[in-house]
Amino acid sequence: MLESILAVLETILVIFIGALEEGLVYAVMALGVYITYKILDFPDLSVDGTFPLGAAVTATLITKGVSPILTLLISFVIGAFAGMLTGIIHVKFKIRDLLAGIIMMTALYTINLRITGGKSNVPIFMQKTIFNNSFLNGMPEEVQPYLVSIVLFFIVLLMKLLLDLYLKTKSGYLLRAVGDNEMVVTALAKDKGITKIIGLIIANAYVALSGSVYAQKSGYFDIYTGTGTMVMGLASVVIGINLLKKVSFVKATSAVIVGSVIYKICVAIAIYFGLETSDLKLITAVLFFVILVASNDRKRRAKSNA
Amino acid sequence: MTARGGRRVMLELNKITKYYNPGTVNEMCLFNDFNLSVQNGEFVSVVGSNGSGKTSMLNILCGSIPIDKGSIHVQGSNITNMPEFKRQRKIGRVYQNPAMGTCPNMTILENMSLADNKGKAFNLGWGTNKKRIEYYRENLRSLGLGLEDKLDVPVGSLSGGQRQAMALLMVTMSPIEFLILDEHTAALDPKTAELIMELTDKVVKEKQLTTIMVTHNLRYAVEYGNRLLMMHQGEVIIDASGEEKKHLRIDDLLDKFNQISIECGN
Repeated sequence: MLESILAVLETILVIFIGALEEGLVYAVMALGVYITYKILDFPDLSVDGTFPLGAAVTATLITKGVSPILTLLISFVIGAFAGMLTGIIHVKFKIRDLLAGIIMMTALYTINLRITGGKSNVPIFMQKTIFNNSFLNGMPEEVQPYLVSIVLFFIVLLMKLLLDLYLKTKSGYLLRAVGDNEMVVTALAKDKGITKIIGLIIANAYVALSGSVYAQKSGYFDIYTGTGTMVMGLASVVIGINLLKKVSFVKATSAVIVGSVIYKICVAIAIYFGLETSDLKLITAVLFFVILVASNDRKRRAKSNA
Repeated sequence: MTARGGRRVMLELNKITKYYNPGTVNEMCLFNDFNLSVQNGEFVSVVGSNGSGKTSMLNILCGSIPIDKGSIHVQGSNITNMPEFKRQRKIGRVYQNPAMGTCPNMTILENMSLADNKGKAFNLGWGTNKKRIEYYRENLRSLGLGLEDKLDVPVGSLSGGQRQAMALLMVTMSPIEFLILDEHTAALDPKTAELIMELTDKVVKEKQLTTIMVTHNLRYAVEYGNRLLMMHQGEVIIDASGEEKKHLRIDDLLDKFNQISIECGN
């Protein structure tokens, strides 16, 4: 009797740790989506391309022997560049936000394949990564199961604190203003277009970094990992912010991270009860639909193009 | 810097031509060779029926809408092709809708900090300068609305009048040359409108701002400012300043409105 209870508890713990890890991997991406969707009021679909972009860059560089930590930085920078292009397409060429993202997402599919040299799958199981190196492998046996979560926790914490700090700067104030009421930005004699581009740069840098972490944790790059990234990020943002909006001391950025983990726990439970991994996208879509209806977040402000 | 109070030309609109929906059956010519010049330090009230071109004139001046022909000069420099945001360096504009001048999800303090930084770089320095908080408090206290004790409240939860007062404070906080008031009391209740109008007059006098105020309130138009324009179909039909403006009565304006047989907007 006791043994079976322990076995159940252990299963729950394993599922929980797995979901926690997954949630933390995607949390950095969710922070990026938070910047575009909540702060900029810009539904940025290029995320579906910049997430695998980070993964493709990372997997390719790691197979070439580049330091795993350096790949995080490189992914961040390349993601920023992709975000800048989305911004320029939207602002300078006056293409609607959703379409600008779709253009970028579509283009990145090819770019990602070019980066990997045409391979839609690049395994890095045997390579040194931020989760698989002599330092972490030398840690005591007892902490081994939690190491991945700990490493992820520090990455997420660092990225969250950086974002919190940025949002308190003058540049950060301006970013919040452009999503809140862009006429104020114009009234401040600032170009609202440039401000939007800056927001997209930061957001996509975060998303590509998340993709890099994802590739290193899962041990491979796959061209299809990007599909549905944005919806997953949106789900995390909406779950987190709506669940925790009554708790005044929790910052929105923390809420987004919690949202990402909760979302992954929901998915893990669904899979535990017999749903296939191939059902995941449908679950995501349905879950997201239900959340949007329940939170009535569909109401979007009328906005002009760029 | 131009010597303030001197009779120098602040603004010149030269031969402005503006068509709406050009090339369609709905083509409409609003301005045809429209001219206006405003002297430094003038406070111009503009009245006129709906569609007379008052707000379009402000939009042309601020660069919110392009013109088809003509030129715009501010303090002698040609700004005809300058983008809207660059013109705002010297211009402050308060809109009819109190929601337009502030960021609703940011706090009063954050909004004040933004306004205070106009004309400077928006870099990675702290968004709020703690040393300036007392100064913001004083400014807010001068409004007499109790906002100085609500620094951490999001502006979106304030009333329309409070937001409009803040919008006015924000655009006049940094050194501007030119204040544009676009029916800025029209969406407020009579008492609040009165308060905002008094605040406006105080700020304009204190900072010696050249001001253009579009209004449907004929009493404000007559009472405030030192020049009055009435517009009709893209043309100025009354232009009174100095003694002439002082002797102008609301009834004179109403007569003119009736004369052009268009329902009064007020």
